[in-house]
This record gives sequence, C-alpha cells and structure tokens, in this order.
Amino acid sequence: MKTIYLDNNATTQVAPEVLETMLPYFSELYGNPSSMHSFGGQVSKTIQHARENVASLIGADPEEIIFTSCGTESDNTAIMSALSVAPDKSHIITSRVEHPAVKVLCEHLTQRGYRVTELPVDRDGRLDMELFENSLSRDTAVVSLMWANNETGVIFPVERAAQLAHERGILFHTDAVQAVGKIPINMRANNIDMLSFSGHKLHAPKGIGVLYIRKGTRFLPFMLGGHQEKGRRGGTENTASIAGLGKACQLAARNVETENTRVKYLRDKLEDELLKSIPNSKVNGDRTNRLPNTTNISFEFIEGEGILLLMDQFNICASSGSACTSGSLQPSHVLRAMGVPFTMAHGSVRFSLSVFNTEDEIDFVINKLPPIIARLREMSPYWKTESPVCGIRDTATQ
Amino acid sequence: MWEYTDKVKEHFINPRNVGEIENPDGVAEVGSIACGDALKFTFKLDENKRIKEAKFKTFGCASAIASASALTELVKGMTLEEAIKVTNKDIADYLGGLPEEKMHCSVLGQQALEQAIANCQGAPAKEPGEQIVCECFGVTDREIEKAVRENHLTTVEEVTNYTKAGGGCTNCHEKIQAIIDRVNITSEPEGLKEPKQKKLTNIQKIRMIEETIEREIRPSLKQDGGDVDLIDVIGNRVIVATRGACATCKASQFTLKGLIEQKLREFVSPGLIVEEEPK
Repeated sequence: MKTIYLDNNATTQVAPEVLETMLPYFSELYGNPSSMHSFGGQVSKTIQHARENVASLIGADPEEIIFTSCGTESDNTAIMSALSVAPDKSHIITSRVEHPAVKVLCEHLTQRGYRVTELPVDRDGRLDMELFENSLSRDTAVVSLMWANNETGVIFPVERAAQLAHERGILFHTDAVQAVGKIPINMRANNIDMLSFSGHKLHAPKGIGVLYIRKGTRFLPFMLGGHQEKGRRGGTENTASIAGLGKACQLAARNVETENTRVKYLRDKLEDELLKSIPNSKVNGDRTNRLPNTTNISFEFIEGEGILLLMDQFNICASSGSACTSGSLQPSHVLRAMGVPFTMAHGSVRFSLSVFNTEDEIDFVINKLPPIIARLREMSPYWKTESPVCGIRDTATQ
Repeated sequence: MWEYTDKVKEHFINPRNVGEIENPDGVAEVGSIACGDALKFTFKLDENKRIKEAKFKTFGCASAIASASALTELVKGMTLEEAIKVTNKDIADYLGGLPEEKMHCSVLGQQALEQAIANCQGAPAKEPGEQIVCECFGVTDREIEKAVRENHLTTVEEVTNYTKAGGGCTNCHEKIQAIIDRVNITSEPEGLKEPKQKKLTNIQKIRMIEETIEREIRPSLKQDGGDVDLIDVIGNRVIVATRGACATCKASQFTLKGLIEQKLREFVSPGLIVEEEPK
C-alpha cells in the first residue's frame, strides 16, 4: 500500500534532485574543502554556491549564513551567543509554545541564574504584542520567538517584534524551522538579528541546519575548533548535505508560490471536509495567520494515539498532541498554553502537507478518517451519540 | 513509536466486549478525561455467582483499550474471590507485556475491577483515610502503595509509569519517594523473586554520590579551576554547590548539571536529579 505522508512538519522526503546533487560528494568528490589542493578546493566552490542559494531563499547575504548540524544546534548557538556577548544582562524573553530546542534550553538557563519570561498565547495561539512590549527591559539579553508554530502552524508577527526589540538594542532570534520554504522571507526587510532553520523540513536530508547572523551582530561561537565557517562554527563541513541543502533551497524558492496556492488548497479541502463530516471537531489555532500546509484538528472525546494507529493501518502518516504519543503524561504544551480543553487536547491530530501530496491522497484521507473517529467514539465512555455536546465547552484547565 | 506486542495490537484493533451492561451487578468508573485515561467497567454474575459477562468503554490510547479488552476476557467465568486476586501484572502478562511507560493502563484496569467488585458487594469505592498524593492525576497513597508493593517499584519514575502519579507538576515526588521507602522497608522480597534493583540505604547512597563526585566529576572540573560540593541528598534530589570558576561562570554551569547528573545516574542510581543550592 502506498504511504500517504501528511507529517511534513516532522520531516520531509528528500527531493530527487537534492539526492542527485548530493551523491558525488559521497563518492568521487570526497575532498576536504579546507585542503590546499584543487581536488579539495573544488568542493569549497560547491559550498560557496550552496551558501548563495541558501542566502537567496531568505533574502540574505552569503556571509550571513552559517552551516550547522540541525535546527536545535542553530537555536542553542544563537541564544548562548546572545547571552555571552551581554554578560551583564540576565533576562530572556520567549513564548510558552516554543519548540523544545528553545524551550528546554531556556528552562535550563533559569536554573543557572537567568530570568526567563515565557509569553502566553491566547485561545487561537496568538501572541499578546502589548505584553511582549512591556516585557522588554534593560536587563533583556535576547528575545527568541518562533516564526511559525510546528504544531498549529500559527505565525507570530516576528518582524514587528524584532523591530520593537531592535529599538531598545536587544538581540532578536527566531526559530524559523517551520517557516522557511513555506512562506516568503526577506531578511533585508526586517530587523531580525539571528534566524535558525533546518534542511530536513524542506526536502534536504536530516543532519544539516542553518544559522543566519545579520552582518554586524556580535557573535561568539558554540562549537570551537577549526577555522570553518570563518571560525564561527568549527568542524569539517558536511559537504554532501550542504550541497543538497543548496539545491533544496533553490527548489524551495521556486515552490513557495505552490505552497501558498496548491498545497494551501489541499490543506483547506482536507480541513473543511473533515470538519463537515465529523461532529465535535475543531481546528486548533488562528486560521488566518497560519502556514499554508498545516492543520491541527481536535476530535472530541477520544484519544489521539488510537486515531494515529488506526490511520496507520491505511499507511496514513500524521501526528498527535495527545499525552500518549508524546511520551509524557500531559497533552502538548502548545495546546495547553492555548487553553484547549482536555476533552479536545487529547484527541488532536496534526496534518502537515508538502508539494509532493496529491488530491487523490487527500480524498482518500477524507474518506477513511470519519469511520475511524466514529469507531473510537463508540468505545469512549464520554461519547453520547443520542445527545452530542456541540462545540467547545469551557472545561476548566489545570 | 511504541513497541506494542502483537497481542496488544490485536486487542486494540479488535477489542472484545465493548459496551455497557444494562442493570449490571458491578460497575466502576476510574480515571478521568483530564488524565487522558478513563475506563467504565461493568459485569454481570450468573446463578453460580461467577462473572458471566463483562464489558468496557475506554477513553485512552491503544494500550488502554487493549488492557480493558484483556481484563474483560480474563475475568469471565471467575468468582468474585478469584477476580479480586487479578493484578495489573496479570493483565499486562495476558497481553504479552506492555511498554514500561504504559503500565498505568494495566493498573487502571485492575483498579476498575477492584472498584466494580466492591460496588457489587455494596462497599464504598474508596477506603476511608485515603489521601490524594498526586493532585494532577488524582492518585491516592493507597494506590501508590499497592503499585509499589505488587510491582516491586523502587524509583519515582517507575511509580509514574505505573500510576501516573508524579507525571504532572512533579511537586509530589518527595511524597512518592517516602511511600516507596516506607513500603520497601516493611515488605520483605517475596520468595525467590529478586527486586529489580537493589535498594540503597540513604547512607549508602550518599557515600556512593561522594565517591562518584571525587572520582568521576571533580578531576575534570578542577582542570578548569572549578569544584563542586555535595550539600544534601533529599530522596532522589541531590543538592550541590559549585565553587571556584564554576560558581561565577553562567555558561559553564549550563553543562555542569548535565555532567554531574549524567555521572551520578550512571554510577549511583538512574533516578537522581541534581539541583544547585539556592544562593
């Protein structure tokens, strides 16, 4: 049976052109780009070319791009650097819905004497900009806010937030792992100092990340070692993956429009049809300011793991914010921060599409999911078919 | 992805005895939607006072559904005296085992059975004097004691896997540790069964922590002009104070917790949590 992959916010398939670009660097072109001989030197030209493609996707200059091993490394590098260059400051601003790469790091830093403000979000996952502005202080060393949320796709107004931080001389970092390639980004038109993203979310392989650092931003490296990346990130370059990422960024620049037309159309179709055919279902997050490929839908009174495993029988791949799938005992921190009631949070499913999805696949899911939901609800002690509870109830959250 | 046995998968895909018996002889509702697991269990007796029919409705993950399905199959044909002896382990064994983190699903089944039998016999569902220990998941001291005793649990993490207690805000970890200590001191290991991990006395634990710091941790800190002192050990919390260069360097402290905790978990006990002494 064909795999229907609707979990592209987790990772994506490597595009065939990307793989093709990478292959020579695993075989004949194995040289070290730092070598003096031209055999190695030719690889450094490839890296330069890739750097240009990466920079071009986000409207940056090639010198502003540092290659890392993943999004998490980029996030850690950015935040730790911002703290190191401002040793007299001890305040960090972030949000409650960040990815663990930022959230866990900041929680860790609170134990090391830093004060961390985790900005709340409203029911639709939106940031309170007034509260953000009031949180900025003289002691603030860095602001780190994600561009788009991985679970709901909700987009934060990071460019405006960066402007407010910039006016006060505070460094601004954004985790743009989910945003790059899905929405247009132009770093020349904003005041964001540092931006992280990751290759495997845009059809490049796993194990390659990017940290953008605006020219003139004070920076201290996280990985010390050789002179690679102009001394800003030691370690021999992951040449094949860098070449692949360059290609992926070139493709992404071409596909951004498709993401916002065809992929968005498929996402909207999936969402609308499921909401129509399944009672007591609701979209989590602001539907206006949202990534074009993501929808997070809660199905009331059932638990997400069951939904995923029954979908798995049809080779449909998605994710859930339920406690059981996260490995912890509580549902997703993002949905909890939004105050999604427990009856809804446990039964949430995230579908995230890519340019590789087809309308046939979406129709298949629209067809298969309603009976799965009905079957699990029959088993649920909370589901009363004779008197369905409509809409959202204000269940008190803990 | 969870490693479920084929039997768990089979009982999840084709659960037995889903539903509710009308006019049951015993009924119980355990868990809650906030906890992410809930089970409604009903049974009916035949003329010989054996369980003729048992049914369930479950809100929860695949292993919760499979555990409830297994429970209804297990108890069919049993007298109440036989059924009350069914443990959570029997349910898990019936399914060919459950992942450690999912053992609470089998505990939920056992609790439902126990309450339904009590209901059948006209007894109150909860014994007087029971106290809630974990506020997040509403778990009582008696439930924790029972899980610790029957499954030979030795760490807070294991208790969380089996009962969910301590899986939320973590404020009750000390209380849970106290229950573990109490149960493990009073109960002798049964027969030939070895407890999973040898329980350390507090003095042994402190000595081992001191040794590990001296041997594994201090030398590498001293290289950078730092040092660390053990201040206190409260249950599984190890309170330390950093000295020298470590005490003033914010960035190095970031890796310090990682290093100390990793070494102590490796050489002393996997449940340890390292905290820095408040300044």
